[in-house]
Amino acid sequence: MTKLLEIQNLKASVEGKEILRGLSLTVGEGEVHAIMGPNGSGKSTLSEVLAGNPAFTVLGGQVDFHGLDLLSLSPEDRSHEGLFLSFQYPVEIPGVSMTNFMRAAINAKRKYFGMDPMPAAEFLKMMRTRRELVELDNKLASRSVNEGFSGGEKKRNEIFQMAMLEPRLAILDETDSGLDIDALRIVANGVNKLKSPHNATIVITHYQRLLDYIKPDFVHVLYKGRIVRTGAPELALELEERGYDWIKEAEDNN
Amino acid sequence: MNALKDYIDLYRENRELLETQSPETLNAMRPKALEVLESKRLPEKGDPGYEHISIEDMFAPDRGVNINRVAIPADTSSAFRCGLPNVTPLLAYVINDTFVPTRELDRRLPEGLLFCSIKEAALKHPQILSRYYGTIAGLTDTTTALNTLLAQDGVMIYVPEGMTVDRPLQILNLFNALTPLLAVRRILIVVAPGAKVKIISCDHTLPEAGNILSSLVTEIYVAENATLDFCEMEETSARTSRCAGIYVSQHSDSDVNISSVTLLCGTTRNDFDIAVDGSGCRTRLSGMAIGSADSVTDNSSRVRHLKPRSESTQLFKYVLDDRSVGSFEGNILVTPQAPFTQAYQSNRNIIASQQAKMYTRPQLEIYNDDVKCSHGATTGQLDNEALFYMRTRGIPEHEARVMLMQAFMADVIESVRIDGLRERLRMLVENRFAGTTMACGDCHTACNKMEDGK
Repeated sequence: MTKLLEIQNLKASVEGKEILRGLSLTVGEGEVHAIMGPNGSGKSTLSEVLAGNPAFTVLGGQVDFHGLDLLSLSPEDRSHEGLFLSFQYPVEIPGVSMTNFMRAAINAKRKYFGMDPMPAAEFLKMMRTRRELVELDNKLASRSVNEGFSGGEKKRNEIFQMAMLEPRLAILDETDSGLDIDALRIVANGVNKLKSPHNATIVITHYQRLLDYIKPDFVHVLYKGRIVRTGAPELALELEERGYDWIKEAEDNN
Repeated sequence: MNALKDYIDLYRENRELLETQSPETLNAMRPKALEVLESKRLPEKGDPGYEHISIEDMFAPDRGVNINRVAIPADTSSAFRCGLPNVTPLLAYVINDTFVPTRELDRRLPEGLLFCSIKEAALKHPQILSRYYGTIAGLTDTTTALNTLLAQDGVMIYVPEGMTVDRPLQILNLFNALTPLLAVRRILIVVAPGAKVKIISCDHTLPEAGNILSSLVTEIYVAENATLDFCEMEETSARTSRCAGIYVSQHSDSDVNISSVTLLCGTTRNDFDIAVDGSGCRTRLSGMAIGSADSVTDNSSRVRHLKPRSESTQLFKYVLDDRSVGSFEGNILVTPQAPFTQAYQSNRNIIASQQAKMYTRPQLEIYNDDVKCSHGATTGQLDNEALFYMRTRGIPEHEARVMLMQAFMADVIESVRIDGLRERLRMLVENRFAGTTMACGDCHTACNKMEDGK
């Protein structure tokens, strides 16, 4: 296995409250990791810190992303280097059309790698083919980013952006929340089609049901800011059945 | 310290010369203006309606007035043409305060349409000029009375009854005096019953120009069933001050859409007074201000509903960066004679730096029960969540900020109904926010340099 991401002893806080307390995790190319855990365990904090949200403070630890010190990079450079976060709550940006938004993103990445802006025809064709991957309506392209999108459309739009940016590591933060079963299937299909031996996915979720569609290689349990259990996909089924209390008890009595 | 007295003295000492060089209609107004002014002073910071700007300070520095009407040359061919994509406007220049038509403008104007200097209008159509000049603005506002005392020329536009003018008319005002100058301009626009016209007026300061103060009074008469689109844009320089009043009188079933765009300025005060003096009128007043360096943009609006069943909408938006200051005071007055009025006003602002300041005061005065009115103001910062979201997609922070600021102004730009101008404004606003030196292509005006301070 070629290592893509290696998190060592990561500690982070938000608004003065320490949420991640020494989290370690290694993700290799071609792998799918599921991170589960009870509310407030730090799942979303992990995704925000990895994406570089300035509202979060890193207190310690290291993150190596294919040889780069991830934590020293700006959010935009993390994106250029192949990190993608699918937001739990995608942000609405009134007045910025999806097309302009995506064009700015694609061309910023190309500029980062010393390439000229993408020719308009090629860009529009790319928009079209990637849109079809998540069955996103053409009309959404001319609308403002996420504005007036339904919950399902917002999540599909996240996967569409992922398809456009072709990340090496995608973090899906509660992508299943607020999705009905059809939308869930579409989103999962999109993610699966984008899978390759060279990229990896971290699926952050509360429930087992998304994992029926996106099959993980590993399941981790996050609790009080640390990974306290790592297991095979069956661990997710066990959590679904037994809940988190047995893990909490075991940890709290340690 | 009394700038007004200095200008009154200037008038008294040069009265004969000033009046010889001016049309009779303008001279006829001066004694009354003088009488009004003698008991007044220019508003200072803190006076009612002038909480955040001193007109006295604006007029205090010693500047010359071009009483003798010396032609101050300006190379209009090298200067910026506010070109519109796919639209060729009927263009005239105003150099400081002198009207300069483009070649063959007269020949290209439709029969009956006046677009000329006030001086020419006084010669050819004195009855039209004297019927409207000074009647819409009045002399109540001190700055307008002072303008009336000193104004010698300006622009006259008259659109005859029923005429639809296909191409927009454009007034390109260039400030180009090497020594400090007070440019005193009048613009008079009369849209006769059923006529339709779109007018653009842009102010630019040429880079070699000295300290300029522009005193501008625009009077607009929109008759029954007429439609007027009027967009004025200021893209001057840190050394330019502007004191402008736009007065509109609109009549039954007319449709007036006014946009005021302050892209770049030094110190600017705009007063808008719209008298909705008819039923079934539609009025839209939109304003946009982009502040940077130490600029001051102060807009004050009054929309007065005098007759029943008309609708007005006001929208003003500011984005303020660096140490810039913005101020908005908006008034809606609904008189007892104006039941079933709908009047709305909104002011929204973004403060993009720690030092920038915004003051806002939306006001409603309603003397009537059967109305639908609303007003509101918000001032905030750029949406950090949106900013982070964009950055996670690889859009660099600076570019993301520009996109968000641009997006914030989108509805003001969309409210402009002049074809080609929306597109051009989008570009100008984007370039302005991006801080590029190529704001307007090969333009040589000072605004294109974008320096901080000078």
